Amino acid sequence: MAFRSRYSSALNPNEMTWRDKVWQINWGLITLITAVAAIGFLTLYSAAQGSIHPWALKQMIRFGVGLGVLLVVALIDIRFWLRQAYPIYGIALLLLVAVLIRGTIGLGAQRWISLGFIQLQPSEVMKVGLVLALARYFHGATIQEIGKPLFLVPPLIMVGLPVALVLKQPDLGTAMMLVMAAGAIFFMAGVRLWKFAVVIVLGLACLPVAWHFLHGYQRERLVVFLNPGADPLGAGYHILQSKIALGSGGLFGKGYMMGTQSRLDFLPEKQTDFIFTMFGEEWGMIGGLVLLTLYVLLVTYGFAIALRCRSHFGRLMALGVTTTFFLYFFINVAMVMGLVPVVGVPLPLVSYGGTAMLTVLFGFGLIMNAYVHRDVVIGRRGANEE
Amino acid sequence: MYNDNDRAKLFTRRALLLGGGQVALVGTLVARMYYLQVVEAAKYRLQSDSNRISTQLLAPPRGLIFDRNGTALAVNRHNYRVLLIPEQAPSIDYALDQLSHVILLTDADRERVHRDARRHRPFVPITVRDNLSWEDVARIEVNSLDLPGVTIDVGQSRYYPLGKLGGHILGYVAAPTAADLRAEPNDPLLELPGFRIGVAGVEKVYDLALRGKGGKKEVEVNALGRVVRELDRQDGIPGINLNLTLDMRLQEYAAQRLAGQSAAAVVMDIHSGDVIVMASTPSFDPNDFNRGLTNAEWKNLTDDPLAPLIDKAIAGQFAPGSTFKLNTALAGLESGAITPQTKFFCPGYMQLGNMVFHCWKRGGHGLIDMPSAIQQSCDVYFYHTAQRTGIDRIHDMGMRLGLDHPTGIDLPNEMPGLVPTRAWKRRTLHQPWHPGETLIAGIGQGYILVTPLQLAVMVSRIANGGFAVKPHLARDLIKGATVSPRPPPDWPSCNIADDHLAAVRKGMYEVVNKPGGTAYYERILDPSMAMCGKTGTAQVRRITRRERELGLTSDADFPWKYRDNALFVAYAPADAPRFAAVVVVQHGGEGASASAPVVRDLLIEVQKRAQALAEGERRTQTWTG
Repeated sequence: MAFRSRYSSALNPNEMTWRDKVWQINWGLITLITAVAAIGFLTLYSAAQGSIHPWALKQMIRFGVGLGVLLVVALIDIRFWLRQAYPIYGIALLLLVAVLIRGTIGLGAQRWISLGFIQLQPSEVMKVGLVLALARYFHGATIQEIGKPLFLVPPLIMVGLPVALVLKQPDLGTAMMLVMAAGAIFFMAGVRLWKFAVVIVLGLACLPVAWHFLHGYQRERLVVFLNPGADPLGAGYHILQSKIALGSGGLFGKGYMMGTQSRLDFLPEKQTDFIFTMFGEEWGMIGGLVLLTLYVLLVTYGFAIALRCRSHFGRLMALGVTTTFFLYFFINVAMVMGLVPVVGVPLPLVSYGGTAMLTVLFGFGLIMNAYVHRDVVIGRRGANEE
Repeated sequence: MYNDNDRAKLFTRRALLLGGGQVALVGTLVARMYYLQVVEAAKYRLQSDSNRISTQLLAPPRGLIFDRNGTALAVNRHNYRVLLIPEQAPSIDYALDQLSHVILLTDADRERVHRDARRHRPFVPITVRDNLSWEDVARIEVNSLDLPGVTIDVGQSRYYPLGKLGGHILGYVAAPTAADLRAEPNDPLLELPGFRIGVAGVEKVYDLALRGKGGKKEVEVNALGRVVRELDRQDGIPGINLNLTLDMRLQEYAAQRLAGQSAAAVVMDIHSGDVIVMASTPSFDPNDFNRGLTNAEWKNLTDDPLAPLIDKAIAGQFAPGSTFKLNTALAGLESGAITPQTKFFCPGYMQLGNMVFHCWKRGGHGLIDMPSAIQQSCDVYFYHTAQRTGIDRIHDMGMRLGLDHPTGIDLPNEMPGLVPTRAWKRRTLHQPWHPGETLIAGIGQGYILVTPLQLAVMVSRIANGGFAVKPHLARDLIKGATVSPRPPPDWPSCNIADDHLAAVRKGMYEVVNKPGGTAYYERILDPSMAMCGKTGTAQVRRITRRERELGLTSDADFPWKYRDNALFVAYAPADAPRFAAVVVVQHGGEGASASAPVVRDLLIEVQKRAQALAEGERRTQTWTG
């Protein structure tokens, strides 16, 4: 068989050794990830007015740890992740419940839970957990099963529970990301398009009701999104200053460490959610295009890996994570440019923040896992294909 | 084995769809980026600049004021303030405690600092105390290591080194009022905290020139408004220095001679119109106004019967008394009512209808001509002259000599005085003119009012050959904020015949220099400086017939405020007139004794200085030639 020669142990891909797997690691992907993270370090260094404190150094350490996590996740057998998909989802769900009960209030929302040594954001864990669980669910489904509406009820519940919990925090951005990433997996699993149409129409119909349940600040953000000039010093301030910063950067930018909007604190949250703005102010549209290109390359890698996978679980997992990653940067960049309302979504690999960094790298670990185990064939219930 | 092939095909198809969708979304991002960073870039660059750049006005230093010798009359003094920047101090109380070891701090100061600190962001400096003495400043600087957050700041405040001496002329400065701001909406300087504009005296008249042009500095500020660095600075144009024609040494001399009295003195150059002395006593110290007056101080100033706030030289209106006879004489001569040789008999009184008009000399002057009538100040002679001339022509001559209208000196609040006409009386009092009123007008009583400066102008015009000289205080010609040298004097003529002026001047010469003249005892002995003048003793109340019968005609018999105003007007030197001088002492008694000696001494002094100056110039020319 042709594929046997690719493995030193001359065994079939279902029984690779650790050494085999290390050889399979896609260093191109790692390089891309590191390049994007490096842009993050540079920008954080500039955000601190030319200092590795308080952000850049910590971010580098986190990235180092995250890279380790990525490799470990990648090298663990893909069937382990298949088997543990539901437990991981379950733990994430429990954490979400826990954060509601005894979480720390941060920026007006309950998002954080302390595990003693680390501040954890369960909604981030859920982004991975949900992808795993849905991939697991649809992995064993035939096209015929997916055609049955009742078959879709369990995964819908799987999506609905965490989304409800995250909305309760309240974290509109993450909830949207969960819904959209799940939607992508449903779509990739083969759910009929007209069913999406039904759900979207139903969702639009519910909007007036949803408006009623929105918090004051959320409504404000939506109003500001629709009319950013309405209150330039109040709620519209963030987005207006962000647009000024980006626009004033122009084609070539103001130069590294010379972004006046960010340096003079006109730009809020410049090291986290609005870091793309800061980067765009200093490096201009050219810099922004370079960063977007790197992201598109990463997503392309994700797609390529998913398409190359022989197991459906691997395909769905890789694409689910890739889509989540895409949503991360798309929502963030669209938000700072005033295309979508302000919803606290960080720029993946670049924004300062530990949980998001770990989530993203954990996600890329899964993509890498799918790549390393691309030729592994998995049975319906997670057993090797006999 | 279930069929994975169909699923894989479906997956591939849908992955292409999903990927296509994502590409489209990234496309919108790029489009948006292009729109913001290329299409709208200029707009946002502008907004970014207006975000970060804040323009601050810089107050220009106010122009200084000097007298004709270069003595500083108004200067800008550094006003040292101690400031506290709360965020740089461990705590406000700590900083104030430390500071109180060094300078005196009251509880009120502490309270105010705390209140201001609560109102402002912590990087905004709070004034702890201002007007620090140099010792305080030194003590704070020496201890600056123990005073975190404490800094010294220097502003400017106006200071008048000569204090009371220039009070009326210099005026003072104050913060613009709401009305000032409305009047000048285009000068942003007025909005500047701590900016002062002139509100009295030459500070007011030449305010635009003294003010200068504001500068500006562009600073980069952060989102909180904290200044990060200075980007650009355009220093303003300092105000123009103002040179006055005053001689403060003479001014001081006049003020000393008149101290304790309600009086005014004016010395002016009869050709150029330079006002060399303009004193009004008592005076006030303009520095007190800058410092801020207490209610009690203000009340003292306004309640003082000697009226220190009024500049009596331009705003004090007095009956001119016999000094007005110069005007009556010229009116009579010019109208042809009399000639210099015309004689009238003075029996000591004149009867008009059933009214009797007395001469100051009980026995009368007998048959007397015009110059002698001036010399001896014969009232009856001028009753006759006035009667023949008529009040309207007396008024006309008054206008030509500078009476009945403001002289136009460069000071605010000048009073116009009054020389009546029949029309004036009809218009304002709605009564017909009585012939008797013409008689008493002829000797400068009745309705007639003049300011000391007007008298000085009148004498100047008589002495300079009939040219309509006007007085001024600023050496240069200043219009708005532009200064040009004053052109050489080219006054229009008053159209008075030379021999008429000469006759009046002869009378004035004899007043002082011929035995029997009313001011003979005040004559200047040096013939090169000889003075010509005219006394005036103006009644402020009518002596009733009963008082006259009781023999109460002497001024000393009445309380101060009913006593006569003493006036003396003069020019010198007699043969080539150059200076005119006027002194009016309110309720001072007789012009000859209360005012003439001061005029004499002022004219001696001013001539001495002029001679010394000419001598010096002559010598310099000899050396260099």
